[in-house]
Amino acid sequence: MSTREVTDATFEDQVLKSDKTIMVDFWAEWCGPCRAVSPILDAIAAENADKIDIVKLNVDDNPQTAMKYQITSIPAMKVYRGGEVVKTVIGAKPKPALEADLAEFLA
Amino acid sequence: MPVRQLIIVGSGPAGYTAAIYAARADLRPLVIASSVEFGGELMKTTEVENFPGFPEGIMGPDLMTRMQQQAERFGAEIVYDDVTRLELTGPVKRVTLGSGAVHEANALVFATGSAYRKLGLEDEARLSGYGISWCATCDGAFFRQKHIAVVGGGDSAMEEATFLTRFADKVTVIHRRDSLRASKTMQERAFADPKIEFLWNKEVTRIYGDTHVTGVGLVDTVDGSESALDVAGLFIAIGSDPRTHLVHGQLELTPEGTIAVEGRSSRTNLPGVFAAGDVIDPTYRQAVTAAGSGTVAAIDAEHYLASLPADAIPQVADAPRAAEPVAASA
Repeated sequence: MSTREVTDATFEDQVLKSDKTIMVDFWAEWCGPCRAVSPILDAIAAENADKIDIVKLNVDDNPQTAMKYQITSIPAMKVYRGGEVVKTVIGAKPKPALEADLAEFLA
Repeated sequence: MPVRQLIIVGSGPAGYTAAIYAARADLRPLVIASSVEFGGELMKTTEVENFPGFPEGIMGPDLMTRMQQQAERFGAEIVYDDVTRLELTGPVKRVTLGSGAVHEANALVFATGSAYRKLGLEDEARLSGYGISWCATCDGAFFRQKHIAVVGGGDSAMEEATFLTRFADKVTVIHRRDSLRASKTMQERAFADPKIEFLWNKEVTRIYGDTHVTGVGLVDTVDGSESALDVAGLFIAIGSDPRTHLVHGQLELTPEGTIAVEGRSSRTNLPGVFAAGDVIDPTYRQAVTAAGSGTVAAIDAEHYLASLPADAIPQVADAPRAAEPVAASA
């Protein structure tokens, strides 16, 4: 299973207006650590489907959103609730470390 | 879990090359590749121009994928997890992973490479990811038309600075000496680049920025004068330290902090434990020297395993295969 993509065009509808807690993985094709963390996020999404949505945004194809959220390092993972960023995690980390960072949303 | 012949910890050029040799020698190695840092340092580089056999160059991540595939082709098994504990002193080497899984083997190759050095400044961790970066290829593109600084004077600093000129308007290299450690080719490329300027004899002592980096504070290493430089990003390339925390108290280290090995071999102070790559190398630290070092470790491990008395060879590992009906009827 691979995580759903959102874009500049769909960001508002699918992320900001989401009823559910949703995490966006800001990534790019050329970013090695992004490729490394991607399957880990897929696993976390699959194991916590009832608690959190996880989607991806390609920063090359969607510069507006990347700029709006002042992304300067990827992978950057931002958790949104009611249209607001409530948590930011930066950098590829092992699954247990990511789960610990996201504990409040996975409980 | 049955005792294996060989476990390799690390998946950079040293780990994967050891895996290729060991797998071809039918040692069925298990490679613990790490969950997010698999492929090692080359995963964060772009074009690799000096690995023999690739006259047009090859992208770092592509080179590592090829090494991984080559190891798998000969039967190496790869686990994408992190080692949390190593018990190396006994005849059977024990490896505990993040998942809690435990693997055992008669021999182990330790090839964990090195970790980026930090400046050790207040605010460094807080602004990491908010203008401070250790990976130009990951983060450079977010600094389009900005002024950024690179700290360091070695090859990796020059490579980062040169790469960053693709995006930045200006790149200032901050170095605490008056000459570079970098190779001549890399130096000349950086000196010839109109977007790169050098600040010599300067040390970064402060990082400014509330939510994002806005500048750095500098001290002159010769006359002690202080200055500030406005930059939107700070890329740190001041070298790396061998990653040895898993083996402290078990393996002997050199004064440089690398793992001590016997002569040109990969043999550590513990029988059956071999070390390879940047973790034993304070000097050369190239992809190709690491690969060569991985070869040495695989051959040393093979010799060691062959020298063990027959009753020390893991019958447990062979038992299930010998008991298979196919094998029995053959």
